[in-house]
Formats: sequence, structure tokens, C-alpha cells
Amino acid sequence: MSLKEVGPMQEIRNHMQIPREEYIAGGHSACQGCGHFVIVRHLLKAAGPNTIVVNPTGCLEVVTTVFPYSSWRVPWIHVAFENGGAVASGVEAAIKSLQRKGVLPKDEQINVVVFAGDGGTVDIGFQSLSGMLERGHKVVYVLLDNEAYMNTGIQRSGSTPFGAWTTTTPVGKKWKGEWRVRKDMIQIAVAHHIPYAATINPAYPVDMYNKMVKALKANGPAFLHAYSPCPTGWRFDPSKTIEVARLAVLTGYWVLYEYDHGQYKVNVPVLKRKPVKEFIKLQGRFRHMTEEQVKKLQEIIDQHVEMINKLVGKQVIGPVVE
Amino acid sequence: MSMTKLPGWRELPEGAVVRDVGNTETIDVSGWRVFKPVIIDEKCTRCRLCWIYCPDGAILEVVDEKARMGKRYEVDYMHCKGCGICWRECPVNAIEWVPEER
Amino acid sequence: MPRLALTTNYAVAHAAKDSDVDVVAAYPITPSTPAAEKLAEFVANGEMDAEYIHVESEHSAASALVGASATGARAFTVTASQGLIYMSEVLYIASGLRLPMVLGVASRALSAPLSIWGDMHDIASLRDAGLMIYFVSSAQEAYDTVIQAFKVAEDPRVHLPAIVDYDGFVLSHVTEPVETIEREEVLKYIPKSITWNVLNPKKPISIGTVGDPDYYYEFKYQQQVAMENALKVAEEADREFERMFGRGYGIIEPYRMDDAEIAMIAYGAHAGTARVAVDKAREKGIKVGLVRLRLWRPFPSEQLKKLLEGISVVGVLDRAMALGGPLQGPVALDVGTLIATRMPDVRLVSFTIGIGQRDVRVEDLVRVAEMLDEISKGKEIPMKTIPIGLRE
Repeated sequence: MSLKEVGPMQEIRNHMQIPREEYIAGGHSACQGCGHFVIVRHLLKAAGPNTIVVNPTGCLEVVTTVFPYSSWRVPWIHVAFENGGAVASGVEAAIKSLQRKGVLPKDEQINVVVFAGDGGTVDIGFQSLSGMLERGHKVVYVLLDNEAYMNTGIQRSGSTPFGAWTTTTPVGKKWKGEWRVRKDMIQIAVAHHIPYAATINPAYPVDMYNKMVKALKANGPAFLHAYSPCPTGWRFDPSKTIEVARLAVLTGYWVLYEYDHGQYKVNVPVLKRKPVKEFIKLQGRFRHMTEEQVKKLQEIIDQHVEMINKLVGKQVIGPVVE
Repeated sequence: MSMTKLPGWRELPEGAVVRDVGNTETIDVSGWRVFKPVIIDEKCTRCRLCWIYCPDGAILEVVDEKARMGKRYEVDYMHCKGCGICWRECPVNAIEWVPEER
Repeated sequence: MPRLALTTNYAVAHAAKDSDVDVVAAYPITPSTPAAEKLAEFVANGEMDAEYIHVESEHSAASALVGASATGARAFTVTASQGLIYMSEVLYIASGLRLPMVLGVASRALSAPLSIWGDMHDIASLRDAGLMIYFVSSAQEAYDTVIQAFKVAEDPRVHLPAIVDYDGFVLSHVTEPVETIEREEVLKYIPKSITWNVLNPKKPISIGTVGDPDYYYEFKYQQQVAMENALKVAEEADREFERMFGRGYGIIEPYRMDDAEIAMIAYGAHAGTARVAVDKAREKGIKVGLVRLRLWRPFPSEQLKKLLEGISVVGVLDRAMALGGPLQGPVALDVGTLIATRMPDVRLVSFTIGIGQRDVRVEDLVRVAEMLDEISKGKEIPMKTIPIGLRE
């Protein structure tokens, strides 16, 4: 297991090959155990220095770039909350134009990567993302999904899961946390006829790294949906970020799969799923849930798993085994 | 911060850009910690998982020919916020979780 | 210099092509749509070497322009009305980020009620956004001003986005002869040189940081200083343009002001109507002059003050209504501030004209001159904005 590290933009066989260079500096003010930074660190390692980052408003932006400080060692821009897709479209178009005119070197690929939260992607930035995907800009759009508006203090988004407490889906006499089913962003992305879309998870760094490389090499827009545990908003001990992330995969709550130029593939098969209650019991945001609610959440997950098994044409994610 | 020491508008860069990128590394966040991770080198198998999972890039992979397997892992205590992921994820319990004393 | 028959929409598109714009991001909206179409035609035919982004909204048009400009591209779009105000969030940011992108705006009324017709409510809403705002009065001037706007916006003393505003329909859809300039000649006037902050992997910087209370104020002040610089740079740019291409406008244009006792201030297409009205009023013995405002932001206070010296009454003809304000005319409010602080002997009268494409007839503006004349002779000054052409 001690193979040599590789350079950026190359797939790896094990985590020993992940390059040492860091493109995001420490000293930022993210909460302890923030999932975003495990993800962003490795995705930037995969992309390397020839990368421009577009970062719509959100936790990641605010904790890294309070003037006169910046954690970003690659060129980085923040414009607003709802326009990551459009800003990246402009950056990509400018690169194309300036390369054609010889202002920028023609033979060097400059990666354009968006890091956006779930609010900035599934809600307010949805239209901008859709336009970017539909127009075919060569951009890797990474959705860092912590399943609520964490930067403003834990308000529900279109990505908040069934049952979850947030400050705008509080638990009261009438409401018992979120009661709707979140959007399926991978399916929405794929419906734009893009070449590559995948889910990623920080507990699976090699899978995450390689999917970034594939996304960067895709001949068109790529969409990565990253599962990003938030100790502050989900109410768990910050040391459990990776444990929570791993359990999401082992329960089928978060299936690691990809859509690669027309082919679906589950990258981390789970033959025997753990029940979702194993996953939710770690998190205070689900603490209030009744048995009935847990059952409903389990059904939602079962349906999603079934859909993915259908997409890949075999049962890769198995049944729940208590 | 005292107002008089801050630069005036003429001295500040246009558009609030930061040119000295990566300069958050000059910020000490050690005060966030309640517990700190302590790596027991003898127990460490060099599996690299603590380095992989650290959100703050605060596990340093030090190349050292004298060390076992040519490298060792150190905590960058200036940037470690004490989340404890490394301690929890270490598969061989080579990281101890020690209360901070101040 | 090819002479072409162009609408102002087309003239603006030609100017972007001849300025060798690198990125266009545009979304259709009446009355600026033909300019977006013409730009697409240029790119489609290979007459313009640009990336054309078919954005899904004006908000994204402005956002894509910010991205492109921040990557070093010369970036351009056209819009109007609801589209402009939909962009406005991003336009404030473009200014704060100090990006020299240029927009053509075919000014149109704002809803509700819905109106596709011309007035300047849209541009008035962006008065304080930190963009330079030019008002033009002809297709030729629109063509020339887009080129000048790039010159000023990209100047290191400025680095601000700029708008070239032309009246919807009255200018946007009216064909006039336009002298265009060969691209090589234009590029001698505005050589491609990236002097602003850009995203470059060879030299990484962070753009769009958080300005906390220790810093925000200083950055806003820098924008104000850039605006002040833009005034001088715009005058220089206009003089250089005149030297190279034989046409100059100034940033503020007097007409029969030398011996005038009263004055009208107008902008855009209706400055042309006002000019005819001045001639007619002069025939009636009224010593009226006209000042055409070509640059609204930054506001040319000194230049206007100089022109108004010796004038007793000034009437401002505004094409937008600042609802609920002390006066409704947005430019009248600016002129009022100048008068209150610098020229206490001048009296100000505010008029609104051409709202939602209400006809502006020469005789209406002759009547304005007569009212100003009466006031100069002692008639009591109205404290409210006078709506011209409004039915009682």
C-alpha cells in the first residue's frame, strides 16, 4: 500500500497516492469537524494548481475569505449566492475566447470548478446551474450538501431530508421537522444530457478523488454531489464527521454511484444495508422522530435504492439487514 | 484591533482582493481546542488516514529518512481545532485524546 | 470608415464587434433584443471572434459577464427594463469588484402596469450602483460611446463597469446613418490590455472577499474615488476619440447657452426635441438655452455649474419618476443638490416627460421654456414636479 503519490488529474488506486500539495490553507474559521474541508482539500489535490474556483456565498466562502485573508492557493472568485453556474460559465467562456486569441496559452487546460452549498444549488442557484449544464460549459460543479442553510444558522433547504429538525422546520405541536422529500439532484443533472455526474462522500476519499479526475476530464459539464456532514447543524460530535458520512453509505442513505457517458455504476456496493435508524441515532436533528417517521424515512431510502438498482440493472445495494 | 494601525483606503488593494493567498495559515486557531490529539509514533502504522480526514490540513506528513518507513505524522497544533476526527478514525488507536491545559 | 444605416440597437452591436469584445452573454428583452440578435449574427457569421453565452436570465447575463471580465475578457451585454433591474444585484457587485464590463441599455418603463415602451425608470434605479452611466442621443453617438465606455472603464484610474443608455424605441429602433470604424483603428484607441484584477492560475488571487466593519467603508470610498476619476478620464477619452475619429461630444453639451437667461436640462433622445423647442422659443424672444447631460454617473457637477452661471431658472426634463421623493425627477434631484450647495441664486423647476412613451411634442417643451421664462420674471415657483403631457 505504499505506492508513490501521483500528480493531479490522474486517477489513483489507493489513498497513498493522493498528492501532498495543499491548495487550501489551514487557519480558516470553519467549525470543528467541517465536512466541506475534507472534500475540498482532496478535490483540489485532484484538480491541481491549474484551476479556477468559483464559490457562491455560503459557509465555505465566508470561513475562507474574510479580507485581508484567504485560504485559497488557487485563483478564487465569489460573486453572489445564486449565480455560481453563471459566473463559472463566464469564466469558462473567457478562457475559451482568450485561448483562441492567444492571450492565454492554448495547450494548457485550465479547470473551472464550482464549490456551492445546497442552498446555492438546489434552491436559489438552481436556474443558474441548469443554464450552465444545458449550455455545455466545461465546468465541474460540486454541490457540497450539508442539507440545510448552515451559514445563516440551520434553515431548511430543498435538500433537507425527511424528518430533520432545522430552525425553520422546528419540532412543535403541529410540525415534527421536515415533512417533504428532498430533490434528487443527480437525476436532475443527468436530465441535462451532461457526460458525467456522481455522488461522492468524504469517508471514501479514493472514490471521491477519482470521480473528480473523471469529472475534470469529461468532455462537458460534470456534476458532483458531495455528502458533507455538518456537526453544528446536524447536532453530532465533531469527531464523528467521517463516521456519520460512512454510515450514510452503509445504510443506503447516500449511495455512491456515477453516471458516466450514458452508463450508471454503483461504485461502493452495499450488499447488506444497515437500517437507517443506525444512521439517524448519531444526529440530534433526528432525535425527535417517531417510529412512524423513521419508518417513512426508511421507505424513502428503500425507494431510492430500488431506483438506483434499476438504473444499474442489478441489485448492487442490498436489503436492510438488522 | 486598533483602528489606527489598519491601512487607509489609499493603501488597500482595489476591489478587496487578496494577493497573499493562503495567508490564513498565519492565523492561530489553537484556542478553539478543548482536547488535543497526540500521536504515539510507536503505534503509528503510517496508514495516512488521519492526514486524509483532517478538515484543517493540520496533520503534517513529514518526510524523515530516520523515521520508520521514511516518514512520520505530526500535529500542526497552530491549525488543529481539536475536532477529534483523527483520533476517532485512527484504526490502531495511535492517537490519544488529551485535555488541553492552559 | 464604412457608413451604414443602423438602428441604435444595431449600432451598439457593431460597436461591440468593432471593440473586439471577447465574451457576450445576452438574454432577449424588448426593446434591446435586436442588439442581442445582431451580436449573435456576427458571431454566427464569424465576423466577431467572441464566445456568445445564451444565458437563461439577465441575472445570469450579468453574472457571466462578471466571470468573464474577472478572467480578463472584454465583456458586453445588452438589456432593458425588468432585465436591467433583475441584473442590478450583480451590477452592484461588478462595480465593487472593479470590473470594466460594458452594457448597452435600451431604456424602457418598469412594470406595473406592464409597459414595453420607453422611458428611463430602469436606468434611474441603478443611479447609485457604482456604474458609469452615459445617455446618448443618436445611433452614431451610441456607437461611439460604447467604444469610449470601454476606454474609460478599463482605465486603471477607473476600473468600473459602464452603461451606455439609449431610449427604447425612439432610439433603439430608429435607423440613422452611422459612420463605423475599422476594428484595427478602434483597437488603436482601446488596445487590449488587462490592467484589472483577474483570475490567473499563474498568479492566484482571491476576488470577492468579505469586507468586515474594519474594511468595508474604505473599499466603498475607493469606488467613489474611481467615480470621481472617471469624470476626468471620460473627458480625456472623448477628446482623444475626437482627435482620432473626428467626432466628440463632451460629457455635457451646451446649446445656445452663451447668452441664455434660463435653461433646460435634458438627456437622451428628447434632448433633440428640446433643441428644436429652444429654437422655437428663441423665435418668441425667450432667451433659453439647453444643456444635454451625456454622463449622469459620475455627475459632472463642475461642468454643469460653469454652464449654469448667470442663469436664473433651470428646468430639468426627466423621463423617470422617483416616487415619493421631494421632486420626482431623478436628475432634477441631482441638479437641485448642486444648486442648493453651490449656486443658491439659481431656481430649479422639475418636469417629467415621456413617461411610458407618452408623446413629447416640441410645443410641450416650448411651453416649458415659457413657464421658465414666466418664473424668471417673478411668477411663483412650483414646489412640485410638473408632469408634462399628463391627462387630468
